[in-house]
Amino acid sequence: MVEKIKDFVSRFYLALVIVFLYAPIAVLVVLSFNDSRSRVVWGGFTLRWYQVLFSNHQIMDALCTTIGLAFLSAGIATLIGVLAALGIQAMRQRGYQVMMTFTNIPMLNADIVTGIALMLWFVRFMPLGFASVLLAHITFNIPYVILSVMPKIKQMNLSVYEAARDLGAGAVYAFFKVLLPQLMSGIVSGFFMAFTMSMDDFVITYFTKGAGVNTLSTMIYGELKKGVKPEMYALSTLIFATVFALLLAVNFLPKRKGKNPAGGPAAR
Amino acid sequence: MKKRPWLATPYAVWVAGFTMIPLLVIFQYALTSREGAFTLANVMAIFEPVHLKALLFSLEIAVGCTIICILLSYPLVMAMRRLNMGRQGFTLFILILPMWMNFILRILAWQLILSNNGILNFILQKAGLLPLSLANTGTAIMIGVIYDYLPYMVLPIFNAVAEIDEDLVEAARDLGANSLTVFCKVILPLSVPGLLSGIVMVFVPSMTSFVIADVLGGGKLQLIGNVIEQEFTKSANWNMGSGLSVSLMLFVLISMAFTTKNETEGKSSSIW
Repeated sequence: MVEKIKDFVSRFYLALVIVFLYAPIAVLVVLSFNDSRSRVVWGGFTLRWYQVLFSNHQIMDALCTTIGLAFLSAGIATLIGVLAALGIQAMRQRGYQVMMTFTNIPMLNADIVTGIALMLWFVRFMPLGFASVLLAHITFNIPYVILSVMPKIKQMNLSVYEAARDLGAGAVYAFFKVLLPQLMSGIVSGFFMAFTMSMDDFVITYFTKGAGVNTLSTMIYGELKKGVKPEMYALSTLIFATVFALLLAVNFLPKRKGKNPAGGPAAR
Repeated sequence: MKKRPWLATPYAVWVAGFTMIPLLVIFQYALTSREGAFTLANVMAIFEPVHLKALLFSLEIAVGCTIICILLSYPLVMAMRRLNMGRQGFTLFILILPMWMNFILRILAWQLILSNNGILNFILQKAGLLPLSLANTGTAIMIGVIYDYLPYMVLPIFNAVAEIDEDLVEAARDLGANSLTVFCKVILPLSVPGLLSGIVMVFVPSMTSFVIADVLGGGKLQLIGNVIEQEFTKSANWNMGSGLSVSLMLFVLISMAFTTKNETEGKSSSIW
């Protein structure tokens, strides 16, 4: 009986937190179907914004920039980050600590400080634009990759690698066949983490972007004063629904090896 | 396996080019006047009453947000522990998913919920309760930062708690500990590394999130982040902006040094 009550209370609390987290999302989804330019008046159900959305070039451009940026920065950060994690793990105590401290700097520093520091540096040798934002995103993404790959490297079973070498595999071949699969879950979650962080970033992009480029975040910020376009709610709803569907599929379709249930960033 | 520390070379170059040099550059701006002469005035400007007020308000928000996030996270993590593995994964995913809805839009939605003739007051009135006036208050900003940063506290604590050996908990129970004792004597101490990274992930950004303060504070309440942002965008005083950033950075480093003094090496860095 006591267990039943405990179960009920804990589930009720979980539900409360989920309501708290999803309340604003529900509001945005409802707004995306609202047939009125005003945010406070309900003008009836419409799919108009979803149609208008695809003919709004500014929003489409910003979407392409955002997604391109997220893919490129997460990809490059994953490459550099995985190599870095392997290298750092092989270092002696002193080097290890120095590198890990530097890895933690962007995490410890407020976004605004990172953004400003990069901007002040970039303006000295390059025009602010897509390239500078990309460099900035890679910079704050690498630590997420390193921090999610590092624990996997520590748990890695090296004897399998040595066995492969003894049996005649070359170093590179053995790396791809034996070590990389062991690191894969860490690499994937690092990539997802980096991708998510890049998609969701506003502050660092805001300071390093210059005039011509806009991501969805900076575009929405620019629209805040005069009012956000309803198309934007439609687009966000679409992105959200897509990711929701993808992650549901990853979660519930094939249960491979039963590990890594979340499939996304939280899976370590 | 042969040791290959050189694999980290690209990263080391990256760190030098895009972490260290930018920090040196911001220090250079912070320590010079507009004419280029050495000065401490920009860094010391944090002690001017206007800036100090913003810093103290930021501190209030950040400390409040961190404490409330901790208080919300532990029951949540304990509730998640009661679920089976598959459900746990699903719940985690539910907690992270909101990050895929644009952050500024989510904050904007909170503005609609909390405004004086907004959704919350509509519900309260329907329920026969008195309406609240939360719009443009510190409380609204607080709700915004808690909302935005709660997952950053839950995830590392969850990861730390998930690693706790179930045998330890059972041993404690066999020896007569009740749930509260198990929590205080076993789970809480063993989750400290997660707690510490949660604090870092929540405290720092909640001090500076100028967008949240802009949208939910109605532009009247300023966090230190708003002050810095305006030095760059409105006053175009890069030296002053850099000076304030540097003092903010030092302030954060000192307060973090206090919190994480006893952390064990490497452990707390595994955030996800």
